Amino acid sequence: MKVLLVDDEKKFVSALAQRLSLRGIEADWVTDPTEALERVTPGKYEAAVLDVKMPGMDGIELRRRLAKIDPTMKFILVTGHGSDRDYDVGMKEVSYYIIKPFKIEDLVDKLRGLSGQ
Amino acid sequence: MRRLLFRFSPQFLDAGSGGESRTVLFNYRRIWLVSVLLLLAVSILPMGLLVIISSQLAREAIGSENRLRAVRLTSNTRRTISFFLEERLDALRFIARQESFRGLNSELQLAYLLRDLQMGFGGFVDLGLINADGLQVRYAGPFDLTGKNYGGQEWFRVCVEKGFFISDIFLGFRQIPHMIIALKVPKKDGSFYLLRATLDTRKIIRILSSLELSEGSDAFLCNREGLIQTPSKYYGNVLQRFELGLPGYSPRSRVIEARDRKGKPILIGYAYIKDSPYVLILVKRGEEIMKGWFSLRTKINWIFFLSIITVCVVVLGISTFMVNRVYENDQARLRAMERLEASSRLISIGRLAAGVAHEINNPLAIISENAGLMKDLFTLKKEYREDPQLMGLVDDVLESVERCGEITKQLLGFARHVEARVTPIRLEEVVAEVISFLKKEASYRKIEIQTDIPSDFPVVFLDRGKLQQILLNLVNNAFQAMDDGGRLQIKARERSDGRVEIEVRDTGCGISEEDQKKIFEPFFTTKGTKGGTGLGLSITYGLVQKLKGDIKVRSALGKGTTFTVVLPLKIERKEDEGPACG
Repeated sequence: MKVLLVDDEKKFVSALAQRLSLRGIEADWVTDPTEALERVTPGKYEAAVLDVKMPGMDGIELRRRLAKIDPTMKFILVTGHGSDRDYDVGMKEVSYYIIKPFKIEDLVDKLRGLSGQ
Repeated sequence: MRRLLFRFSPQFLDAGSGGESRTVLFNYRRIWLVSVLLLLAVSILPMGLLVIISSQLAREAIGSENRLRAVRLTSNTRRTISFFLEERLDALRFIARQESFRGLNSELQLAYLLRDLQMGFGGFVDLGLINADGLQVRYAGPFDLTGKNYGGQEWFRVCVEKGFFISDIFLGFRQIPHMIIALKVPKKDGSFYLLRATLDTRKIIRILSSLELSEGSDAFLCNREGLIQTPSKYYGNVLQRFELGLPGYSPRSRVIEARDRKGKPILIGYAYIKDSPYVLILVKRGEEIMKGWFSLRTKINWIFFLSIITVCVVVLGISTFMVNRVYENDQARLRAMERLEASSRLISIGRLAAGVAHEINNPLAIISENAGLMKDLFTLKKEYREDPQLMGLVDDVLESVERCGEITKQLLGFARHVEARVTPIRLEEVVAEVISFLKKEASYRKIEIQTDIPSDFPVVFLDRGKLQQILLNLVNNAFQAMDDGGRLQIKARERSDGRVEIEVRDTGCGISEEDQKKIFEPFFTTKGTKGGTGLGLSITYGLVQKLKGDIKVRSALGKGTTFTVVLPLKIERKEDEGPACG
């Protein structure tokens, strides 16, 4: 399975991508939401893991745009923030909402679950 | 008695004097005192002035009324006596006109005239005819006075000079009080003769005694030397000196105030009777004079006294009531302010904590992922995988990150307002569930758990999970506070204001007063090294707030702690936020 990671923290997202690939999940990563929009083409990624708080465009907005490009894509939102609005909106529109820091196993389980559906 | 006083003494009296730490905004005692004094002053002062002025007026009115009456009586009596004397003289004048000297100059004729006078006027005792030399030439009467010479006597001289004469009352040789009147009658030849009559005093005495005088009053005649002429009840016998002294001459009737020999106030009315040696004296006693005044004054005093009592009671009542109301309002305001302060402090602390948690979570994620990657990489290489120290270090890092993450998540939970999921809840079920979590520990530690939830306790519409967590936190807390063998009580009741109250009481170590203020703040803990993040109660607080409730703590060191949670019967879902997440 192939996933896209979008997070403005490069140190975080690069390490995460490497760990996922060690666990058999092929992960591309970008730190800029606009770059993510350029990368995604229909059918290229099965799922995307998005940070909620990013400069320029937040994860929720990015999810909407990506969903337009590829309606079959699944999304997991990741955030260090826990504001009510983000949580409510996030839970309405995405399958999972994970608060940082999390265990890699949690994410892997959830990604596997998504692809199994 | 003291207890009774205490019961009625208003609350504000003790304000600020006891060990209370509550702030006192004003000096309520002072306000009360000022209010009482001011109200008493403005109500009693005018009343007192009015009473004094009006009683003075009444007293003056009664006094002058009495004087007037005395003057009138004196004046009338004077006229009567004056008229009586004048009448007797006129009788003699009539005789002198009617009869010539020749006609009078006969014992028989004189006796006839005397009889006529006695019949017509009364009071005449005898009648004499005296020539210009003072010799009584003819006499009619009970004594033999014919030929008596009055020529050298004072009265004869006065009568010749003035034309008539009225004598003092004297005893004479007959030892009977009497008086004489005499009239000078001119003859045609230029000489004159005198008509002289003796009057007994009974008629005058009768005039005086017929005055309707009140008890203690007296009326009598004096002569101008101050000798009493007619009987007096209180001021001496006939022909004794009037003990109070004769008032100075006045042509008209007058009244003076004086004191009798016992020092009591009296009113003396007197009149010098014209053309006679007499002075009419009328004495009224002070008590008698002011009798009306005294009864009026007693009445006024009573009314004044009762009014003052009433005013005092009303003023005290009103002042106490008002000041107490002010005090109660102030206290309520202070309490509200304190509550507001505490909750706003908690809210801002919560925001701060959540902000800190946000900021920490991102770097934590980096540490976590990088350490994780390190571990992954170690796992791939045999030489590292089998180095227990390296693997242990990485695991320590990951474990610590996980702990940090737990704390920040709890902090976020304290601040986050996730919408409540409202379901109908039976409280006894939730309580039973919570207790079931701790049953094992309770039996192990011999902690007795009592629940007291009335059977008619209403079904509440709240978030079940939050309510459960609130109760769990409180019960957990109680367990931690208690030594083995303690007792935990969970009570619930419906309040009159349409809310429900849940009480969790333990017999634990208690919380000091100072700590009670901080107990809901995040990271506040008394457990020290024994563990506990200090977040439990602050999270509970946040949960109660989300359920639109209120939580309070009451505690005594060494005796135990009671947490009281007040919750609404139901909370409304906010429609504009859409359905709850699922």
